[in-house]
Amino acid sequence: MTVMEQRGAYRPTPPPAWQPRTDPAPLLPDAEPYRVLGTEAAAQADPELLRRLYAQLVRGRRYNVQATALTKQGRLAVYPSSTGQEACEVAAALVLQERDWLFPSYRDTLAVVARGVDPVEALTLLRGDWHTGYDPHEHRVAPLCTPLATQLPHAVGLAHAARLKGDDVVALALVGDGGTSEGDFHEALNFAAVWQAPVVFLVQNNGFAISVPLAKQTAAPSLAHKAVGYGMPGRLVDGNDAAAVHEVLADAVRRAREGGGPTLVEAVTYRIDAHTNADDATRYRADAEVETWREHDPIELLEREMNARGLLDEDTRRTVREAAEEMAADLRARMNQDAVLDPMDLFSHVYAEPTPQLREQQALLRAELEAEQEGAH
Amino acid sequence: MTTVALKPATMAQALTRALRDAMAADPTVHVLGEDVGALGGVFRVTDGLAKEFGEDRCTDTPLAEAGILGTAVGMAMYGLRPVVEMQFDAFAYPAFEQLISHVARMRNRTRGRMPLPITVRVPYGGGIGGVEHHSDSSEAYYIATPGLHVVTPATVADAYGLLRAAIASDDPVVFLEPKRLYWSKDSWNPQEPQSVEPIGRAVVRRPGRSATLITYGPSVPVCLEAAEAARAEGWDLEVVDLRSLVPFDDETVAASVRRTGRAVVVHESGSFGGPGGEIAARVTERCFHHLEAPVLRVAGFDLPYPPPMLERHHLPGVDRILDAVARLQWEAGN
Repeated sequence: MTVMEQRGAYRPTPPPAWQPRTDPAPLLPDAEPYRVLGTEAAAQADPELLRRLYAQLVRGRRYNVQATALTKQGRLAVYPSSTGQEACEVAAALVLQERDWLFPSYRDTLAVVARGVDPVEALTLLRGDWHTGYDPHEHRVAPLCTPLATQLPHAVGLAHAARLKGDDVVALALVGDGGTSEGDFHEALNFAAVWQAPVVFLVQNNGFAISVPLAKQTAAPSLAHKAVGYGMPGRLVDGNDAAAVHEVLADAVRRAREGGGPTLVEAVTYRIDAHTNADDATRYRADAEVETWREHDPIELLEREMNARGLLDEDTRRTVREAAEEMAADLRARMNQDAVLDPMDLFSHVYAEPTPQLREQQALLRAELEAEQEGAH
Repeated sequence: MTTVALKPATMAQALTRALRDAMAADPTVHVLGEDVGALGGVFRVTDGLAKEFGEDRCTDTPLAEAGILGTAVGMAMYGLRPVVEMQFDAFAYPAFEQLISHVARMRNRTRGRMPLPITVRVPYGGGIGGVEHHSDSSEAYYIATPGLHVVTPATVADAYGLLRAAIASDDPVVFLEPKRLYWSKDSWNPQEPQSVEPIGRAVVRRPGRSATLITYGPSVPVCLEAAEAARAEGWDLEVVDLRSLVPFDDETVAASVRRTGRAVVVHESGSFGGPGGEIAARVTERCFHHLEAPVLRVAGFDLPYPPPMLERHHLPGVDRILDAVARLQWEAGN
């Protein structure tokens, strides 16, 4: 009997029993961003950690203000301020062990500085004297990255390599809400979940990709929900609550270190300043919206909590502010010195050994420089 | 003196052997890509590596070229030497941002503190009857990107030697594998230690006196065949196999053209904006007073790679090369 003759009596063979690969329920983020400050959970927060977060928040805010001022003086080509987002930056830096790696995006200078990189070296890219000022291996901080989300697969690869070598190293990668639309975001999360790589992704959802609001960026319930599709947990946290961000990241880092695989954390925050000094934010958002977020300022949130617990006396406050002023004064003074550049450096780092073609061009530039110098005498 | 029995081996076998030897010699060498594990790659170049070295050393990745190369960047940052396979030329395009924005420039942007020893294996070129996106010659994109080395073997021995050199290089190397030559055989002794060529040296494959054919990769055997055919017409053609497009061996090429006074550049990729224009310019700059005729190019047409039933019209063949050679009897005013 042919298949055609079977018509009527024919019953298709059902597909083999289907099972979900991963139970989605534990991966789903909470309905509300997780908070610590101003809630009952705050009583559990370690006073020493709160003090460290506070000192770094104040320092970070001062850094943002100083760097923005330097753009007005022409000392920085551009500065994407993270004012309003300092809690994410600081928590990301403080949650890591020395052996761990941080993969920043271009707005994450504060996280880089909080990790221990020299404040001037962290600005090299934005100042324009070279692309990366610091040694990435020294502080285990990848170069500040301007293409969006391309640093995420690097974090996955590094974490994977560390695990292959038997090192309990975790990579923490930072990305903005706009970056979650890029293909590299998808590929990085997918690789991380498949390989169970010890990596944590922190999305700083600050509301806008330059001028495009989140509603035009994604139709997902939240950015944290995207985790479920990859088979990793998604966590939603109040990005202005430094204690909450730290706690959620600490959980994710611990999980990764213990072999539990990657986590996607969405920190809901807001970019108080414009995208960069070159942007006019009044064209795409209302002042009233900015004001509501100003009332949810990360430094004030923490101050209120610390006051309530008697952790912040006037002496501490003054010491912290003075240290921040000192950092700013030093940054200002050093940035006001003209960068010392050697044009021949252009050829030094293209290949381990310059190609014959580069050697010819190197000789050309050397001759031009010598002619310039003779002309100057 | 002992004679070594030379057995025929294919280029694909030599590449496999190079990967195996590199992995055995250096535990930091890792192979990753789509289908490189159990299948051994669609061209079987990674055959047996997963079995011999384990899936952590020869890893089947998710199907995502940017992810493959992007994670290789992170692996290299942590001290590994990744060798990634792009499966087919046109499949590598999603990885171009990682290649251009990170792989090629990480050494430079970090002032030499973070070199990336990554080898990107790209099977390239036509002549195998592949459908769209399986036959592109994408070398112009790679050679236009500073920070990358770009090499391509044409012989079984070079396939081994150049791949070992690429993997050993502290800089990223785009290793272009002419797929049409995967099954080409040479006498080659896989038992003996094989010579590892330094990257950046061209070689004269066939000495000649009347003109130089400058070529590389899949066009090398075509040029050798053309040189044989040209003898009947009284032409004694020299064939230079570049082997490396970046760095470029100006010396070997210029020395040959100064001897012969005439040159034709032959490659499969398009002519406009292709490698031939760069090579012709370099030859002209160095050999102008030795040239008896303009440097000519025989290349693929400037069109998207054609469907397989038409590709023979596109690929530079012996006749088109011989026509160009005939045009080298150039006289002013022609």
